[in-house]
Amino acid sequence: MTRTPITLAAAIAFMASGAMAQDVVRIGTEGAYPPWNFINDNNEVVGFEIDLGNEICARAGLSCEWVLNDWDTIIPNLVAGNYDVIMAGMSITEARSQVISFTTNYLPSDPSAYMALAGTDPSVIDSGVIAVQSNTVQAGVVADGSATGLEFPTPDETISAVRNGEADAVLADKNFLAPYVNDSGGELVFIGDDFYPGSGTGAGVRQSDNELRETLTAIIDEMKADGSLNALIEQWFADGMARF
Amino acid sequence: MFSFCTDPSILPQWQWFACYLTTATHFAFYRAFVMVIILLIITAPIALGMGLLGAIAVRSRIWPVSWLGRGYVNVVRGVPDIVFFMFVPIALGQGIEWVFHHIQCPDWDQPIRQGNDFIVCRDAKVPPIGSPAWVRDLYAFAMAVIAYALVFGAFAANTLHGAMQAVPRAQVETAEAYGMSRAQAFRRVVLPQMWIYALPGLSNIWQILIKATPLLFLLGIQDAVYWARELGGQKTSLYTYPHPDWRVWYFLVLLCFYLFLTWGSERVFSRLSTRLSRGQATAAGERLRKAAA
Repeated sequence: MTRTPITLAAAIAFMASGAMAQDVVRIGTEGAYPPWNFINDNNEVVGFEIDLGNEICARAGLSCEWVLNDWDTIIPNLVAGNYDVIMAGMSITEARSQVISFTTNYLPSDPSAYMALAGTDPSVIDSGVIAVQSNTVQAGVVADGSATGLEFPTPDETISAVRNGEADAVLADKNFLAPYVNDSGGELVFIGDDFYPGSGTGAGVRQSDNELRETLTAIIDEMKADGSLNALIEQWFADGMARF
Repeated sequence: MFSFCTDPSILPQWQWFACYLTTATHFAFYRAFVMVIILLIITAPIALGMGLLGAIAVRSRIWPVSWLGRGYVNVVRGVPDIVFFMFVPIALGQGIEWVFHHIQCPDWDQPIRQGNDFIVCRDAKVPPIGSPAWVRDLYAFAMAVIAYALVFGAFAANTLHGAMQAVPRAQVETAEAYGMSRAQAFRRVVLPQMWIYALPGLSNIWQILIKATPLLFLLGIQDAVYWARELGGQKTSLYTYPHPDWRVWYFLVLLCFYLFLTWGSERVFSRLSTRLSRGQATAAGERLRKAAA
């Protein structure tokens, strides 16, 4: 019986090393932002970022797992270690870079646009009520401008706010709004000019995770060079999205 | 689900709905209702147990125990539920990791709190790093059960304490006159008879517990409210079943579900009340006696 502790310790050590070998990288995403990331009718998380993330993991030899998390708490929960990477259409900004670090961008700076009911006067951009998702680049733009901002936790609610007249227009990524405009049969239109508020979209990791950040950046660069990233962009986004 | 569901865009209306309502996301929505009922079945006895312990502690003659009981009941009842639901899972989660951290990694030299971050060593993470999704879901669910039991236990404790006081003093005196100890009198006389006094209060707490289950949504659990919002939102042609904003219908379903649940439990409680009134020296007990005679 005196040998039991040793075998037990050996068993634990063996299990621990086994756990290390098949380490899982957990990727946090919102699952409510088509076509970047969303839940389809089969209850699967799909979208541009899901295809990209899975490809990156395959090339890096990592086994990856997707985790859904609300947008509002997506950075705190990364920092707390609930997952290791954020891929959720997150623009690389100065303010976010102080809390987490970003890989190189996997989407170029993409256009933002205002969407409103047909017949809305474009002057609402400066003087009306603009719906935005909270904690987004667009929320910052509205806060700095002269229009009144109306913030919602989910992107879906910003669209409803415009439909039911709570807001005059919604400001969001143009590629998110485009399907709503196309499906509405002329009820919803873009107003004003597109503009480019961010400096591209990247994957966020904890500031201490340098190794993971470098791995991801290397593979994103590789995918930019061999054209596979552009192919994915083409597959998921309308022509409005810039390519590398 | 059905064989005709392969191309929903060309289906006539009733078949479209048959396919739409049987998608995997809708089954997740239906499972969420089952989860609410499971949560209630698990939480209610735990909360009642907490309440009984709390009430006994408040009555205790040993003052530290009594103070502990009073502190628990008054602090929890004095704080908004929603604050507790946010606080307990975070505080408890970090507390558990903190303890494991000190057991597993005594040599760790960095501070656990670095600014906003709460950083413990890899081995101290709960659930362990690399555990499958269902373990994490179960952990989150268990945290929710603990939060509910803590909050509703305090309300139950107050109700049960009141009910114990309501048992006629003369009965306890009689028990003591027969030579029963304080504990025996409590077990044999107070405990069996207090339920009829506790029932109206307990049924209130149960109804409030039912109505508090949508707070699961706040804890990041994909409950019925999450799915109602997710499924009801407008779906563009990126989805297989595009539709406009239908949230009002989904929330109507939720409303009916909760109404049905509370209506059903009200019926159960009124039966229970009749059953417990039998032979009691209360107005209801007296009515039962006369009706039988």
